[in-house]
Amino acid sequence: MISLKVNGKNYEVDASPDMPLLWALRENLELTGTKFGCGMAQCGACTVHMDGNAVRSCVTPLSRAAGKNIITIEGLNDDIAQRLRDAWTAEEVPQCGYCQSGQIMAAAVLLREKPHPTDEDIDYGMAGNICRCGTYQRIRKAIHRAAKASTP
Amino acid sequence: MEKNTNQPGKLVRRIVYVALATGFLTAVAQPLRIKEEPEKETYEKVADGKDDAARREQESKDAFLAAYTVFMHPRCMNCHPSGDAPLQGDDSHIHAQNVTRGTDGKGLYALKCKNCHQDANLPGADMPPGSPGWAMPPAKHKMIFQGMSPKELATHFKDNHYTGFKDFEKDMIHHVEVEPLVLNSFIPLEGRSRLPMTHEEFVAKVKEWIEKGAAIPDK
Repeated sequence: MISLKVNGKNYEVDASPDMPLLWALRENLELTGTKFGCGMAQCGACTVHMDGNAVRSCVTPLSRAAGKNIITIEGLNDDIAQRLRDAWTAEEVPQCGYCQSGQIMAAAVLLREKPHPTDEDIDYGMAGNICRCGTYQRIRKAIHRAAKASTP
Repeated sequence: MEKNTNQPGKLVRRIVYVALATGFLTAVAQPLRIKEEPEKETYEKVADGKDDAARREQESKDAFLAAYTVFMHPRCMNCHPSGDAPLQGDDSHIHAQNVTRGTDGKGLYALKCKNCHQDANLPGADMPPGSPGWAMPPAKHKMIFQGMSPKELATHFKDNHYTGFKDFEKDMIHHVEVEPLVLNSFIPLEGRSRLPMTHEEFVAKVKEWIEKGAAIPDK
């Protein structure tokens, strides 16, 4: 059994230590907001937070995730998350929506570490999250909007 | 009268014979003396020492040139690029996802190295390789290999300001001998070319380079 702490709750998962975290999240814990895209850390759809870092759960083995503080899109509830949701809604960012939970998880880390990012910062923080619908310009606008909504 | 005139002639001949004999003996004894004279022996030792020093310097350069084939292999050089983006693959293309160094060499924001690179290499072609401390050199000591000639790279290795080493000889050997990222480069990856020698051979070449004077290659 492997102990996982996800969105503040403790779970015991009966799985192999080399099974990717994404499998446990979706199959064992039924937290399906996190998506499978490529399975090789290339696209960013599976991004979750692990001790505050935007890790790619499709390549993160349970042996590494055990005991860490895991936050998925379902549990992202701080002030930054709220501003991102509001901005995403206002800018009507999603098209098909498949990549968007990964986009928001990546944007949340960007805003936490760089509260007022430049376009260049956004390129450095977000270029690893692929959007097949090409919503990149709306993602950029929404991140700037969420940054501006912060209390000074 | 004849007797008187002949006697000086004999004397002259004797003198000539003695002189010739002395000269001959001196000439014969000369090579023997060379071996016995301490000054000459010292001179030869110095000459041998010069040859030995030149030989060691050449061996040091040769050892560096052998180790250079490892330094410049993509498995090593891809994390020592001339820019701030790491490189990928045997063709050393710029890393996908706009990954960049950051001040500590560990990436930026949602694109930190360890977000994808695990504590060990993942099985399968094109999967991210991994090590507990997966990172590039930090911004203050970029340790650029890409584009460096052997002469430039060796010169830079000996510059502690460039490497961040405190003691070049000790720290350089320690780095190539035990650094997990260096060791990782020698673990074969599916679909990737292997380094041109074993880790043990590589360490031996770096040690030989340093122990024989860390000579700078000519080019």
